[in-house]
Amino acid sequence: MSQNFRLNTGGLINRDKPIEFKFNGKKYIGYEGDTLASALLANGIHLIGRSFKYHRPRGFFGAGVDEPNAKMQVEINGCSEPNINATEIELVNGLSATSQNCWPSVNFDIGAINNFLNRFFPAGFYYKTFMWPKSFWYRVYEPFIRKAAGLGIASLEKDKERYEHKYEYCDLLVTGSGPAGLASAYAAANNGAKVILAEDKPRYGGTLLTDDVTIDNLSGKDWSEKIISELKEMPNVIVKNRSQVFGYYDHNMMVMFERTGDHLEKKTKYTPRQRLWYIRAKEVLLSTGSIERPIVFGNNDTPGVFLSAAAKEYMKVYGVLIGKKPIIFTNNDSGYETAIEFKKNGVDPIVLDTRDDQNSELINEAKDLDIKIKFSYAVIVAHGYKKVKSATIGKLNKDKIDFENTEQIDCDSICVSGFWTPTVHLASQSGNKLKFNDSIDAFVPDKSKQNEHSLGAANGTFTLQDTLKNSFNTGSEVSKNITKKDEKIQIPNTNERKYSTHDKFWCSPLPKGKNYKRFVDFQNDVAVSDIEVALREGYRSIEHVKRYTTLGMATDQGRTSNLNGLQLVANVEKKIVPQVGHTTFRPPFTPVTIGTIVGREVGKEYMPTRKTPMHHWHEKNNAVWVDAGAWKRPRYYKRGNENLFEASKREAKNVREHVGVCDVTTLGKIDIKGPDAAEFLNRVYTNAWLKLPVGKARYGVMLREDGIVMDDGTTTRISENHYHMTTTTAQAANVLSHLEYYLQIVWPELNVNVVSTTEQWAGAAIAGPKSRDLLARIFPKIDVSNEALPFMGYVEGDLFGVKARIFRISFSGELAYEINVESDFGLFMWEKIIEIGEEFNIQPYGTEALSTLRIEMGHVAGPELDGRTIPYDVSLEGLVSKKKDFIGKRSLAKEAFNKANRQKIVGLVPLDRKSSIPEGSHLVENKNAKLPNPKLGHVSSSCWSVENNNPFSLAILKDGKNMIGKKLFAVSPLKNTSIEVEVMSSHYVDHEGKRVRS
Amino acid sequence: MLNIKCPYCGDRSQKEFAYGGDGTITRPKLNQEISDEEWDNFVYLRKSPRGKHIELWHHIAGCRQWFKVERDTTTHEIFKTFKPEEEF
Repeated sequence: MSQNFRLNTGGLINRDKPIEFKFNGKKYIGYEGDTLASALLANGIHLIGRSFKYHRPRGFFGAGVDEPNAKMQVEINGCSEPNINATEIELVNGLSATSQNCWPSVNFDIGAINNFLNRFFPAGFYYKTFMWPKSFWYRVYEPFIRKAAGLGIASLEKDKERYEHKYEYCDLLVTGSGPAGLASAYAAANNGAKVILAEDKPRYGGTLLTDDVTIDNLSGKDWSEKIISELKEMPNVIVKNRSQVFGYYDHNMMVMFERTGDHLEKKTKYTPRQRLWYIRAKEVLLSTGSIERPIVFGNNDTPGVFLSAAAKEYMKVYGVLIGKKPIIFTNNDSGYETAIEFKKNGVDPIVLDTRDDQNSELINEAKDLDIKIKFSYAVIVAHGYKKVKSATIGKLNKDKIDFENTEQIDCDSICVSGFWTPTVHLASQSGNKLKFNDSIDAFVPDKSKQNEHSLGAANGTFTLQDTLKNSFNTGSEVSKNITKKDEKIQIPNTNERKYSTHDKFWCSPLPKGKNYKRFVDFQNDVAVSDIEVALREGYRSIEHVKRYTTLGMATDQGRTSNLNGLQLVANVEKKIVPQVGHTTFRPPFTPVTIGTIVGREVGKEYMPTRKTPMHHWHEKNNAVWVDAGAWKRPRYYKRGNENLFEASKREAKNVREHVGVCDVTTLGKIDIKGPDAAEFLNRVYTNAWLKLPVGKARYGVMLREDGIVMDDGTTTRISENHYHMTTTTAQAANVLSHLEYYLQIVWPELNVNVVSTTEQWAGAAIAGPKSRDLLARIFPKIDVSNEALPFMGYVEGDLFGVKARIFRISFSGELAYEINVESDFGLFMWEKIIEIGEEFNIQPYGTEALSTLRIEMGHVAGPELDGRTIPYDVSLEGLVSKKKDFIGKRSLAKEAFNKANRQKIVGLVPLDRKSSIPEGSHLVENKNAKLPNPKLGHVSSSCWSVENNNPFSLAILKDGKNMIGKKLFAVSPLKNTSIEVEVMSSHYVDHEGKRVRS
Repeated sequence: MLNIKCPYCGDRSQKEFAYGGDGTITRPKLNQEISDEEWDNFVYLRKSPRGKHIELWHHIAGCRQWFKVERDTTTHEIFKTFKPEEEF
């Protein structure tokens, strides 16, 4: 097979296990342990995508999270996902990847015309071009931009994978298993601390896998394996690979993304694909390492240009050559490590070092290996369109702002090293204000805001010896404070080569008359010239430059571009980088799938479903459900081909004529006990409560302190110091919190306890002229006559052996009772009512009929108590006591609440007695008036009055008191209706309220 | 997500709590004669300090107790949590 760029030996891949995969429809072979990127490179594939704006050919640049280009559409097991980083995804059998942002193919992409038109695509192009004409935005510009821009394609299929969330608590979270992470985790674990060590990659060890060092005479790889296996044995340590800590939130809440299933060939039904960890850590040690910084030069985005450390990693970890004729372009010693690795693998590199002639252990080693080195040299421009073919290089003059001479040399790859940038994202997210470290030209963490420490390269420490020393010490110190144990650990001996100082050279100058594109940010196609344009146009703040040019945005969050961008701004502005400052680092550090964030909370697990004890009966009797908060309530019971309108009319009519039964379990119920309960209710409700006798219920209205109605309901005095309060279904939780607030904070001297009993009681309302007859049959031992059990009366009874509470209360306006039994007996009660009610023509009724009944009676509910109405507005002013004080009373004295033309609830009937008025319609005097047409009020609730057989609505109307008899228009621009209506009393049926008292 | 120490239950995640506003507000006494301005101050006006703030929280998915928290509004650092009857 091909794999022409695979070395014969070496690497950490499993050569015994070949893996077949597809790229752009063609089959290739890689090995177990490969990433998609390393497998493609082994096959000599470099052209993998097109750039975002100019559609320039792009290839691999990094080997991990540093990769800005290699975003692919990847399909595994029939699931397609866009924007997968090819350098991070592990190769599995059957994986199929395609290039993004190109059409018809990555080799021939029509969008590449943008590259030749690039002078028409300057920074801020979109802002400048698509502003006018305004009407073009939706129809022309946006669809065009959407089609032209963007990366992959989101799947429209339902995600079949399983995602999980997990919560964990630990003493120390260590992020990254390089030398700093291993040493600190090991020291802390030995002190008995509970440690979580998280590694983003599949393999532990970080740079120890690729650096030529020894620790206690072991290779870096062997030492890391030894430490990891010891840590894994310890019961107080969790070691996780394929786990990226991507977010640092308040109080050391860390969020981690674990790829649990992506690398598995076979998963069981219950293997999650990915898992989100919420980790609360007492201390966080950030050992996130560093990312190599590019040097900017002409056409530096050509496929075949790599970070030098990535080239080394491909050789050492994957046994892959990224090229056979490489140029190493470096301003520091790191490039030499790559050069030496190439040489050891039989490839002759040329090293261009921007520095003057240098001596160091590494440089001397390279010289001894006969590696060709050119000092004071830089790459000016890469040649080749879809792959580097040659490069123009030049000898830098003394100031390094021009070239003394230039020459063109053949090459197939260019490896750049512009020194190292500490990965400070998590530290910055934690609130750590970064400081600029001049000796490494980069920002490093400063003072911690939370309990965190950065270690090793993440803190700007680039030698192994110092890293290990600091990390062992910090791990030991931090854990000692938690566990009070102090196990001394011998800091190991290390052997590493000393670096000579790097050069601050970061961007090759343009030779006179040349206009090469020099990219700072590959992912967003931001070139040096774009940033210069932004600065010329007056953008000064780095945050503005970022947004105008898109520098450092999108999935790679400027991991390779940030510092060079800042350097450029500083140069143009004649400032230094710390004066320019840096943009804000925000989570997530790397992209996280939406599925992981959502976890198991999808479909019916999105929120809990609350079911009443009678749920299954409703289900069996063709209930059509409606959501009331988390509750499922029957909206109506479908018979035959009935629709909502027909069924609810039938059910409501049956209540008015015979008797109906409604499941009212969902009403909020609060048990109130204590010697001061009456006094408390008297303060909570607007009406008087001190004299309510035992065995009586009373309707009450409660306000917020601002005078607005909060909720209404009935409360019953069960015994001397015991009350049973009901609330509306929607406000149940708020009312309980409200009561608790006043009892615990405002009036702690009141001796009262409140507790929710909503779930403890099942409730059935029986309503209609036959309800008393029915009640008498259910409770044959109780006197249910009007005298013995009058309106607002309460008795306790025995429902065929079950203790029951009977309230004579009515929402429907009919003679009605509410029976409560303990929830376990709810279904029993319901079935008994249905069984006995048969002879009285009983029918169950749902919320739709319930609404009809209450609307035509003028009883207010949620739509009227909408957080904007005071008691007067909903005609409950009669319940407002003038004698006593209560919550919100003082607000009712405010001027606006007492205006003569204050809004008030009214009833509406369409003049044609036929047209239903849409809820939410606005009431206006003249439907043809010039806009804005003065609004007089709005329609809050609408129904079909079963009593009068025509539509009826409730409305909140300005000066409603004096509008009775007037004719108005109810207009609904949403439904495109305009209905002439007559204003009348809100009590459409039984004005005097005789029925409830009959 | 904050980590809040309920004075009754101990350290718990913010998820379990509901924020209850300024903890230094005292409700006027019942039946107290009070000007419109004073009442409006009580109902509507709240300081939004940068820095230390004493606020109410409600352990709504726990013991259902209201309590006070001294928190820095810029850093979210929590200095102290205490029962309503405890003097600050």
